[in-house]
Amino acid sequence: MFFQLFWTYLKIGTFTLGGGYAMLPLIQREVVDRQGWIDEEEFLNMIALAQAAPGLIAVNSAIFIGWRVGGWRGVCGAVLGAVLPSFLIILAIAMVFQDWKEQPAVEAAFKGIRPAVVALIAAPLFKMAKSAKISWITALIPIAAALLIWLGHVNPVWVILATIVLTLCSIWLFSYRSSK
Amino acid sequence: MLYLALFLSFFKIGLFGFGGGLAILSLIQMEVESHGWMSQQEFVDIVAVSQVTPGPIGINCATYVGYTAAGFWGSVLTTTAIVLPSLIIMLSICKAYFWLSHKFQGNPYYEQTLRMLRFTVIGLVASAALMLIKPTNFIDATSWIIFAVVAALTILPNFAKNKVTEVISHPILLIVLAGVAGYFIYA
Repeated sequence: MFFQLFWTYLKIGTFTLGGGYAMLPLIQREVVDRQGWIDEEEFLNMIALAQAAPGLIAVNSAIFIGWRVGGWRGVCGAVLGAVLPSFLIILAIAMVFQDWKEQPAVEAAFKGIRPAVVALIAAPLFKMAKSAKISWITALIPIAAALLIWLGHVNPVWVILATIVLTLCSIWLFSYRSSK
Repeated sequence: MLYLALFLSFFKIGLFGFGGGLAILSLIQMEVESHGWMSQQEFVDIVAVSQVTPGPIGINCATYVGYTAAGFWGSVLTTTAIVLPSLIIMLSICKAYFWLSHKFQGNPYYEQTLRMLRFTVIGLVASAALMLIKPTNFIDATSWIIFAVVAALTILPNFAKNKVTEVISHPILLIVLAGVAGYFIYA
């Protein structure tokens, strides 16, 4: 089971560009359709859990499926398979990148790439806001969070913790009042 | 000491990284900058490399920062550190899966917190982009043109979803094109 999960995740990890979300359809095809390790409904539950829990979605899903299919060995196989391709590829790039960067052609190319990267980070905000069904009032939350981090240099960790604490307190206060 | 600092930073990133790759970027950026492990420019470059190589962005960044800061073992350490919180939390969830799914589904505390975190995560992604708008990344007016074109093409499938817009909005294609454009403009 270790090798089967390792191999499946290695394939998925090697051939998906664009991070965790791009991996989900491939994971579904391999794990649900082809191998039949878990059914469709459990897969959807898994995605919900992998997204709700902190950490990388691809790794979270590997842990869940590894555990369901093969216990501890399954977890080791799936996680290693998911992580190893990116680890090795980036390691190889990191080893040569310092020297490449000095090349005028590479330097020129990166001058064009840098603003494109900022756009690639910023543009999905539009879709994220739409799928979160954001309103004029709830838009204040991301705006406040962005300003605190950007101009206030607050660590994002505090912003996340504050969101959790404030939400729990406000529900508690609200239900306490209405039960009186 | 460097190893301990690297481990703690990436453990923290794994522990508080809600909402996937882009949301994790602002956490990574804050950590690597405050420790001086990477310049802002290097950070953007590695995000670009992450976009055109396979695998989760979090792993890519962890491996790269670990290697540049402390060599091979540094990269092993940071990659392990970013995965470790996931292992602890997800395995606890798996062990208590049936109990949890009954207990948490429909629980107002849980559902409302997740909803609010989704809003906060949008702010985190926005801050990651805002922090990168600096003269080192935007060297002249052409930079802004590249930014505008890439942003427009990325948003396009939200308005007209078909095969053509799907292809021309692909991040890998856009990065390669931006690199080619950069070569012809600045070389």
